Amino acid sequence: MITLSSVPDRVAAALPPGLSPLRLIAADGSADDADEMLVMPSDQVLVELLRRMIVGRRFDTQATALTRQGRLAVYPSSRGQEACQVGAVLALREQDWLFPTYRDTMAVITRSVAAAEALSLLRGEWHCGYDPYERNVAPQCTPLATHALHAVGLAYAARVKRADQVALVLLGDGATSEGDTHEALNFAAVWRAPAVFLVQNNGYAISVPLAKQTAAPALAYKGVGYGMRSLLIDGNDAAAVYAAVSSAVTRAASGDGPTLIEALTYRVAAHTNADDATRYRDSAEVDAWLDRDPLRRLETYLRGQKLVDDGDLERFGAEAERFAAEVRTAMSGDMTADPAELFAHVYAEPTRALAAQREFLFAELAGRPS
Amino acid sequence: MSNLMERAARPAGRAQPGPEQAARDTAQVTMAAALNAALADALASDPRVLIFGEDVGPLGGVFRVTDGLAARFGEGRVFDTPLAESAIIGTAIGMAMNGLVPVVEMQFDAFAYPAFEQLTSHLAKLRNRTRGRVSLPVVVRVPFGGGIGGVEHHCDSSETYYVHTAGLRVVTPGTASDAYRLLRQSIECPDPVIFLEPKRRYWSKEQLPGESGPAIGQALIRRPGTDVTLIAYGGTVATALETADAAAAEQGRDVEVVDLRSLSPFDDATVAGSVRRTGRAVVVHEASGFSGYGAEVAARLTEQCFHYLEAPILRVTGFDIPYPPPALEQYHLPGVDRILDAIGRLQWDDHA
Repeated sequence: MITLSSVPDRVAAALPPGLSPLRLIAADGSADDADEMLVMPSDQVLVELLRRMIVGRRFDTQATALTRQGRLAVYPSSRGQEACQVGAVLALREQDWLFPTYRDTMAVITRSVAAAEALSLLRGEWHCGYDPYERNVAPQCTPLATHALHAVGLAYAARVKRADQVALVLLGDGATSEGDTHEALNFAAVWRAPAVFLVQNNGYAISVPLAKQTAAPALAYKGVGYGMRSLLIDGNDAAAVYAAVSSAVTRAASGDGPTLIEALTYRVAAHTNADDATRYRDSAEVDAWLDRDPLRRLETYLRGQKLVDDGDLERFGAEAERFAAEVRTAMSGDMTADPAELFAHVYAEPTRALAAQREFLFAELAGRPS
Repeated sequence: MSNLMERAARPAGRAQPGPEQAARDTAQVTMAAALNAALADALASDPRVLIFGEDVGPLGGVFRVTDGLAARFGEGRVFDTPLAESAIIGTAIGMAMNGLVPVVEMQFDAFAYPAFEQLTSHLAKLRNRTRGRVSLPVVVRVPFGGGIGGVEHHCDSSETYYVHTAGLRVVTPGTASDAYRLLRQSIECPDPVIFLEPKRRYWSKEQLPGESGPAIGQALIRRPGTDVTLIAYGGTVATALETADAAAAEQGRDVEVVDLRSLSPFDDATVAGSVRRTGRAVVVHEASGFSGYGAEVAARLTEQCFHYLEAPILRVTGFDIPYPPPALEQYHLPGVDRILDAIGRLQWDDHA
């Protein structure tokens, strides 16, 4: 029962802490962990974050190159968002679930889904390419925000089954305007579902800047309306992303409900290889964000702490090159799409009508000169 | 009602028939009670089954189809959600991904439209998108159609929106007994099922069915006849049967009535078999005729039965208008007289 006197407490409990984004490492690579809201990850985790971000960025560059070679139909780059892509995924436990969007292929491969599988859809296949149950990664979602509801349902089911599982949803700033984001946040909060929402606010929804998307002072503040704990963080600080998602996962898993995290970051590349970002933003704006590069920031910090040296960086770079070479090799062959499969998975068993259509297509193909 | 609910709420297993079971086997129940019994039996026999939606908890649904279920099975398994249809379907998808069997209610036909994207882009497609890895055994119950004096947004016949979407099964019972059977089958089905409940037949009564009966995808010949096949589903099945009686009495025509039961997939064998025997067909539905379900039925039958047809296939449908207000719905809905007229308009030269 809500009473008038309980309203201020409820509001205070839901407000994001502080007015500026939480961070652990400043843009210049110096420690900035005065805030007690976030706990600096262990040295081992920090080094791993850097290693995976280096591999992730190299993968992203390779995927973009594959579009120019005609090996990928399209690729939405997450360059500049490596801290979110890698930090969030490494904060998950094996049993947790990741619900990614089309821009989160780097997150998907960080979750150890094979790159060639993760790129299937972008290559022009009709399916998502991987078995979601192998790494607990839902298909990359193309419509905006619809997958947020799937994550809430999956998280709720985990609680029903008394399974220790948390669902992490990746969203963009544009997706927060969709009704399904609202419904997902509301359902998750009402049900206290073990879900974590990470909004990668990268400034643009294709060409539309955030100012045309919302009048909210910060997307994190939307959590207040749902009675949901929310955090505003520096999304180019991998340590902060890891710490924020880790704490949200821990809270969710212990029954303390969902968390909304807004991570401020930037989409350095265009929306996809088919987009021309110069039509809607200045290069000065891009340059300013390049100065806040998430990889350089973490590398500078780790070098300062004597946690990595030139030898480590060389090894990470070599690993990234090997990974890119593997991706090139895996993607070099031509696609072997089987028309029979078009009918195989529409229903658990193909209906008689679909079986007949499959036979029709086979007969048509058989009659055609090859 | 409470006595009825007690019987209806028995588990599915019928290993020990007692006096209570005997009463269940002979009692006439309404379609709403039959649906309630199916939900209760599914909850009792399968711990993965959950029921949720708007007002389905303590209230028991606006049509009382979930009456008593929250009290019997607890609000962990039968519960109210916030008022958001897209979320009801979207979360059901996530629950099914994680091993549960959600049976959700859209309160009225037109109130399901906010869920359209979740239904068509995800519920219908996730199996295909994942090459069969993700199975979504979700049942979406939708009270549909008119005939109850409902106001705007409460009487739509929304079936074609769903049947046009690959990956969904769409079924609708015409009788109380079939409502029980079809709902149990839908809950056991590995595919997502849109379960359309004809509101105007919620209060029609029948005995609950025995163990045997037609499978989920099969049409059923409700009344055998030799002169013409009346093809109906959901709310118009009873209208078609009434018409058949009237045709026998007034026109001397022997009308066969086919209850489609499954709108998608379509049971070509049963329906085409009937039309090949009778040589004539009239399709009846409440929904608007233009691009309506009857158009698909007429096209399929023309393709499959052309050389058996004695007359063009006719449709008796609702007009191509927004669903009319209560005072005028009688003019819109296909009734016995309008169907009899259509039968009369078929070419009958060989019967002269």
